[in-house]
Amino acid sequence: MKIGVLAIQGDFAEHIVMLKRLGAETAEVRLPDQLSGLDGLIIPGGESTTIGKLAEDFGLLEPLRKFGKTHAMWGTCAGAIFLSKDARRNQPLLGIMDITVVRNAFGRQVDSFEADLDLPELGAGGPYHAIFIRAPIIESVQGSTKIIASLADGRIIAARQGKMLATSFHPELTRDARFHQYFLSFIK
Amino acid sequence: MEQQTGTFTVKKGLAQMLKGGVIMDVVTPEHAKIAEEAGACAVMALERVPADIRAEGGVARMSDPDLILRIMDTVTIPVMAKCRIGHFVEAQILEAIGVDYIDESEVLTPADEENHILKHNFKVPFVCGCRNLGEALRRVGEGAAMIRTKGEAGTGDVVEAVRHARAVLGEIRRLTTMADEELMAYAKSLGAPYELVKETKELGRMPVVNFAAGGVATPADAALMMQLGVDGVFVGSGIFKSGDPARRAAAIVKAVTHYNDASILAEVSKNLGEAMVGRSVSVMPEVEKMAGRGW
Repeated sequence: MKIGVLAIQGDFAEHIVMLKRLGAETAEVRLPDQLSGLDGLIIPGGESTTIGKLAEDFGLLEPLRKFGKTHAMWGTCAGAIFLSKDARRNQPLLGIMDITVVRNAFGRQVDSFEADLDLPELGAGGPYHAIFIRAPIIESVQGSTKIIASLADGRIIAARQGKMLATSFHPELTRDARFHQYFLSFIK
Repeated sequence: MEQQTGTFTVKKGLAQMLKGGVIMDVVTPEHAKIAEEAGACAVMALERVPADIRAEGGVARMSDPDLILRIMDTVTIPVMAKCRIGHFVEAQILEAIGVDYIDESEVLTPADEENHILKHNFKVPFVCGCRNLGEALRRVGEGAAMIRTKGEAGTGDVVEAVRHARAVLGEIRRLTTMADEELMAYAKSLGAPYELVKETKELGRMPVVNFAAGGVATPADAALMMQLGVDGVFVGSGIFKSGDPARRAAAIVKAVTHYNDASILAEVSKNLGEAMVGRSVSVMPEVEKMAGRGW
């Protein structure tokens, strides 16, 4: 199994470490032709405006949209924003997942936090410790999108639509590989 | 479901989100907008870029909080601001207005020639400069969640940035080949906390994100620093002291993403207009150098 990580900007190296731990082959993706031969793609955390702008400048938007129609794709934080249909702001998006997101929904960096979540989708292993960095929330989901996790106050922080996954937190910053394992299970 | 803020993990985490990106010095909200549109992953809000601090002389202090707030209102990317080395009250003020990162910076005139800020006391994360691994790990020991090599700010001369990055990365390479019983003696010679020396060896890299700074003026300079092995690049005077800031800023961002692709580097280096004039560090009197501030 070969998983690409979009390596335009952000914490792509952290995702690669996690994928290698799980025995997957990995590839950094910066240009459209690097998508060929991949079974799935992760869009990492970073700055969504930077990632969007460079994806546009290097002709990646259409190839990524096409890839997402047939392959597993997961966006963490900035990556989730990039996947969304609507980020309430004018910036380049893939627009392939039926979610509306709100950027920096918890405030500025001093409001960034860690919290334990109940995540039945991940199966056994106890609560999932999640790290939120200037995180977005998923304000609403549409179409066939399913909510995977919410905070106690009901705000949505993870969602899945078919083989597409969006999380407002960063499993790649933890040592808990369950979320990456979950994503790999989308790929037959 | 208890939420913990201000942990070292979330402080370090923001720096991890900045990796592979360019952080640009800006002195007005208009500059900040240009930087964001060019693809900067964060901006450093300040009243004067280092080249002007050099030219004008005098005491350089924290910027007016109102200016920083106006820049924060203009962009959605993280906003950093500088305080003087050891000036923990400037840091308290910057934390109170909600900046995303504080740079305890040698570019400003130091407030304390012996002690740096105890950065663990703050919820807001700090980035600090270094010239070698010992200095980097001392700052991490005080709570810095991100490190940048100092270079020589405001010169447009990349030579010091290269010197400091080579020092840090070379010392890490040496460390990874050492036997465990040699670490205490190495920690002593570096003047660095033993636990952090040990952690650096285990990780095979700096325990926090490490950017380059101080003298980057062209896309090639930025890619040079990336190929040497840093995680990202600060560009201070190099953008807004050049002929065409928007174009140069966008080119440097692309060069950092595609740092290993010489044909893209050639493409983005075309027609950028004049680079900042610059000052050669090798003929600069010692007293004018900023990198020697802090220890």
